[in-house]
Amino acid sequence: MARLSEAAVKQIKEICDRYQDENTPLMMILSDIQNEYGYIPLEVQEVVSEKTGIPVAEIYGVVTFYSFFSLKPKGKYVIGCCLGTACYVKGAQLIVDKFSELLGIKPGETTEDGLFTLDALRCIGACSIAPAVSINGRVFPKMTPDSVVKIVEDYRAGVYA
Amino acid sequence: MIKNLEQLEKYSKECTSCLEAKLKGEDGKRHVVVCGDTGCLASHSGEIIEKFEKVIAEKKLGDKVTVNRVACFGYCSQGPFVKIYPEETTYRAVKVEDVDEIVESDLIGGKIVERLLYVDEKTGKKVVKQDDIPYYEKQVHIALHGCGSLNPEKIEEAFGEGAFKGLARALTMDRQAVIDEILKSGLRGRGGGGFPTGKKWQFAYAQPEGAKYVVCNGDEGDPGAFMDRAILEANALKVIEGMMIAGYAIGAQNGYFYIRAEYPVAVARLKLAIKQAEELGLLGDNILGTNFSFRCHIRLGAGAFVCGEETALLNSIQGQRGMPRPRPPFPAVKGLWDSPTIVNNVETLACVPYILREGYEKFAANGTERSKGTKVFALGGKVNNVGLVEIPMGTTLRELIFDIGGGVPNGKKFKAIQTGGPSGGCLTEADLDAEIDFDNLVARGSMMGSGGAIVMDEDNCMVDVAKFYMEFICDESCGKCSPCRIGTKRMLETLTKITEGKATMEDLDKLEELAAHIKANSLCALGQTAPNPILSTLKAFKNEYIAHIVDKKCPAHVCKALMQYVIDKEKCAGCGLCEKQCPVSAISKTDYVAPGRKLPARVIDPAKCVKCGLCMASCKFQAISKK
Repeated sequence: MARLSEAAVKQIKEICDRYQDENTPLMMILSDIQNEYGYIPLEVQEVVSEKTGIPVAEIYGVVTFYSFFSLKPKGKYVIGCCLGTACYVKGAQLIVDKFSELLGIKPGETTEDGLFTLDALRCIGACSIAPAVSINGRVFPKMTPDSVVKIVEDYRAGVYA
Repeated sequence: MIKNLEQLEKYSKECTSCLEAKLKGEDGKRHVVVCGDTGCLASHSGEIIEKFEKVIAEKKLGDKVTVNRVACFGYCSQGPFVKIYPEETTYRAVKVEDVDEIVESDLIGGKIVERLLYVDEKTGKKVVKQDDIPYYEKQVHIALHGCGSLNPEKIEEAFGEGAFKGLARALTMDRQAVIDEILKSGLRGRGGGGFPTGKKWQFAYAQPEGAKYVVCNGDEGDPGAFMDRAILEANALKVIEGMMIAGYAIGAQNGYFYIRAEYPVAVARLKLAIKQAEELGLLGDNILGTNFSFRCHIRLGAGAFVCGEETALLNSIQGQRGMPRPRPPFPAVKGLWDSPTIVNNVETLACVPYILREGYEKFAANGTERSKGTKVFALGGKVNNVGLVEIPMGTTLRELIFDIGGGVPNGKKFKAIQTGGPSGGCLTEADLDAEIDFDNLVARGSMMGSGGAIVMDEDNCMVDVAKFYMEFICDESCGKCSPCRIGTKRMLETLTKITEGKATMEDLDKLEELAAHIKANSLCALGQTAPNPILSTLKAFKNEYIAHIVDKKCPAHVCKALMQYVIDKEKCAGCGLCEKQCPVSAISKTDYVAPGRKLPARVIDPAKCVKCGLCMASCKFQAISKK
């Protein structure tokens, strides 16, 4: 197993310390690690276990239960294709399929160059502009397969860097 | 610091006159408010705000005009909205390049920019004020009050609108009297089940004194519903106040907000409102000089639909997998950390301050016999006016879809409206005159749910819709009980078979039988309602299922295995654009040249076609159709 750097261990411990006064803070700790460290591999879970006294098995159970927590690092750009009902009835599946085809990955996967992760999301509440796609928080309205091509090209060219 | 009721009253009065001065222009200023909600932001309302600020600074109007970012106007399909007080001139579908003209013509010249006004389709007249737009006419805003007008980051504006007056009144009442007020208002849970809120409070109140909790369920997972997010983003203080009233009534000292991680803005606004309330001394110990003490905490979800179920939600707060547990014991008896806990939805809590402030009679004046008040719906899908709608209970589906929603776009025929999300069902033409309330929707095979309302037209395949929901449920089933874990998977497999034209009529019978078992035997509401999308579509659209199974046809041409793209050779101009677009080279030339055309028509080889639809989208002559 890969060892964590000292800085990483310090970062994880610091996150755990934030919630010392809270009752059962595991979800908050994991959310912060996901946001700040990017993912929650087993080595990180071990540090959390050591700090909180919660068994690794239990932490692993929680990490794998929730879709927001990831055991693997995500791509630089996380493409979230909304597959909520409003988007779906307006053709969101075609948008996911197009991203899949262009990037050569299925939803939930990351491209080999680490540039893109493709995620299928359940409703981002942008139903009026369906089908919607959210990439690192930037929302693209009324998507078509053609605009998928353009967006991927733009991101590759660093337009939104 | 506000230490007692008199100080609160004084502060409220100051805020009210300040807000009124702003809205009526008595402060000598004009106020530009711009929608800063997700839908409008994606249509560049963020840039619109920046542009306003820039132009106003350039023209040195800073002391005469303010720019405010507000929460959802609700009429999302016409956004981004820009409204100017005190005239309440409302501009719709504003673009960044319109800002100069609005500043020049309206803010400086005092002349309305006519071309940006809403045009009433029926009368052809231009509408200046938001309230006069037909979309808003049948609406009554209680939960959504403040959306599109108040600046959500200025707590004074919320106080100007009467914040904490409900709590102030509650604190002068006996705890049981507060519960009675809620019972008499007829308020029922807005999150889905419709359980009487007062009864829930009564159960928790009846438990022995000690640690008790109020939990606000903001895990709005129903795909297509976003009213809870809008309420929190517009006026989080209202929900905090509702939670505090609940806390006072049942004897709780702590409240937890459980909010979806997908809603960062709502969380930020909530945090800000909590901080501001703490600074004013309205959260903490001895609130308003009474012996009532209360604190609010925020916990984030992590993307699990099942956490909307109350026992799963409590487990999640306790740092566990979000799995439900059998009830009883109900959370009101044994909830968070084994203490009595009430779990109320965001919209429910947002109604509570209104009831206490205005009295239960005023709340109960709206609605039907058994469902009082209003309900917010997120109207979406194949409907002209997409957005958030708050209507009195008892409004008919026809009014919702056709009067408020403006009907189905592109002259297509209305087919169904799906309410209640993955736990709900599809209602049809025959249900259009049904009055919307909790019991009526259930009696017709759907449910209120959290208020998602997705309209479908003739181009939507109902088997495909059922399959869509089943995929969702399969993904989100927590796996604890086998009827849901295994049963939903089997149902999805059968639906997939049907959409691929591989099923038999026997499969359909088995599907119905299985659905009944899952309904009867699942542990929580997620599993118990999981078969609803199938059962309700089977009830109204059995012929579509049979068409897939017996005729091997998808009547709406959605299911890929059962449809084809075809080129009408008489309409084909032979331009060859489709041939270039086709990713699998399934399109080739024929020998036929249509009369009046110069180039040979194209044809699609069904054996090669992957049915991506690019050809049809690219054709400029409408020569390609689905069969």
